[in-house]
Amino acid sequence: MTHLDGNMLAGAFAELFTFDVTTATARCANCGAVAELATAMVYVSDAGSVVRCAGCDAVLATVVHAEGRTWFGLRGITAVEVFRP
Amino acid sequence: MIVRRAATHAAWHVGTVTATSMETPTARRVVLDVPTWPGNDAGQHLDVRLTAPDGYQATRSYSLASSGPATSVELVVAEVPDGEVSPFLVHDLRVGDAVELHGPLGAFFVWRPPADVEAAGMPPVQLVAGGSGVVPLLAMVRSHVGAGDATPFRLLYSVRTPADVFFPDELAAAAEKGAMQLDLVYTRETPTGWPDPPGRLTLTGVEARVVAVADEPRVFVCGPTAFVEAVAKWLVDLGHRPASIRTERFGGT
Amino acid sequence: MSFVTRGFTGRSRDRDPRLPPGQTLVEDWPVLSAGPTPGVRTSDWTFTIATEDGTVHRWTWDEFLALGLQDIEVDIHCVTHWSKLAMPWRGVSLDRLFAEVETTQDFVMAHSYGGYTTNVPLDELLDGQAWVAVEAEGEPLRPEHGGPARLLVPHLYFWKSAKWVRGLVMMPDDEPGFWEQSGYHLHGDPWREERYW
Repeated sequence: MTHLDGNMLAGAFAELFTFDVTTATARCANCGAVAELATAMVYVSDAGSVVRCAGCDAVLATVVHAEGRTWFGLRGITAVEVFRP
Repeated sequence: MIVRRAATHAAWHVGTVTATSMETPTARRVVLDVPTWPGNDAGQHLDVRLTAPDGYQATRSYSLASSGPATSVELVVAEVPDGEVSPFLVHDLRVGDAVELHGPLGAFFVWRPPADVEAAGMPPVQLVAGGSGVVPLLAMVRSHVGAGDATPFRLLYSVRTPADVFFPDELAAAAEKGAMQLDLVYTRETPTGWPDPPGRLTLTGVEARVVAVADEPRVFVCGPTAFVEAVAKWLVDLGHRPASIRTERFGGT
Repeated sequence: MSFVTRGFTGRSRDRDPRLPPGQTLVEDWPVLSAGPTPGVRTSDWTFTIATEDGTVHRWTWDEFLALGLQDIEVDIHCVTHWSKLAMPWRGVSLDRLFAEVETTQDFVMAHSYGGYTTNVPLDELLDGQAWVAVEAEGEPLRPEHGGPARLLVPHLYFWKSAKWVRGLVMMPDDEPGFWEQSGYHLHGDPWREERYW
């Protein structure tokens, strides 16, 4: 199984945020790169999704689903920029 | 001033299957009526969630072949060997069935016709599709044609064999009337009389079939991860600005 | 409100009495990845155990193999509901690796090439409960399955069997590793279905 990109985060994060997370830009806490989350590398498995910086591979975020619960981990993002209408 | 239009917020909907047909031997076109659908942009996707009698659920993302305000949505589902959801959608789903849908999703890999469709000097659009990655790009072509938009459109579409082309007649018709330029590449088997032998895309193959760097196209690449990464790298090597290239990876080989 | 989708059953999930609750027997060996697969050559590989006083015990690949490989057969259980029974492995017992290690601390953080971490109590790594494994099913461990070497702790969910393991660090408290921080259970006993927080 190879990785996907951040376009597929739109569904998972739609339950947490009211904005589309894929066009939001985030700063990587490890290397400082700022990029749209759609460009992040996403490794998906049944254990969860791991979102990694396209520049340095550091973990930006994790999403874990269980029955009726979801854990959103945003460990590697210093801040998220969202454009409001 | 940059004006960013607010994307319609995603929500859960119930869709009812109204039509199905095999688009290729392994991919099925599915049309659903979704009364609460708010409309979607070309390039967006939705999640399909299936529930088994014991409560087990499986969710998968599918790009929309349709766009606009209509409450009818169209998907093309490619069967993944040994998959959990796609074999059900390709073989078992029937007209009249209801399924849960989450969407519209995705604001990054999206194309909208310009506000003034007759405006001159719009940057051309270059679409590059690998296999089933053509679906969101097809939605963009349809949106472009439907709007009577004058933007130069070009589609480079890589498939294994002629039988694997999605919507061949519709694409040929769009090319014939000058709405877009179409370049098909066959990697395993070509149609009779095809001038080139079958083979994968290469750097030079891409260079010969895409809008020139000097014309500064907006590029959308979609398909399996390895395909997208190879093509994106070649485009950057050719001189296209990375910021002008948007990619969507479908996973798989 | 979800409803049952007509005709959908998902994959077969019949319960086998030899398995912990919620597990299904599989014949293949699924690969789950959280990132790019590290490529570590055995010529560059080292394994370390670091203790609270700053001591670092280190083995090269050859020194590690010289400790002696055990042939074992164990059941493994992944938190994503698949299990494999009677799987043959070869590895160095953690009892051998800890033979010369002096520590007063009770918990271990396993670290892997690529940055993965997972926590395990020391007393669950000793007494024949854990290995650093180099072969599975009769052949050298492939990179996608954690090769050249991975931790093997079969009595806990398989996320604790850290792929590409490079070393262990003693710690005074049971700090959560990568998946444990992300929603998974701190301990991970499959027989008590300790899957999530």
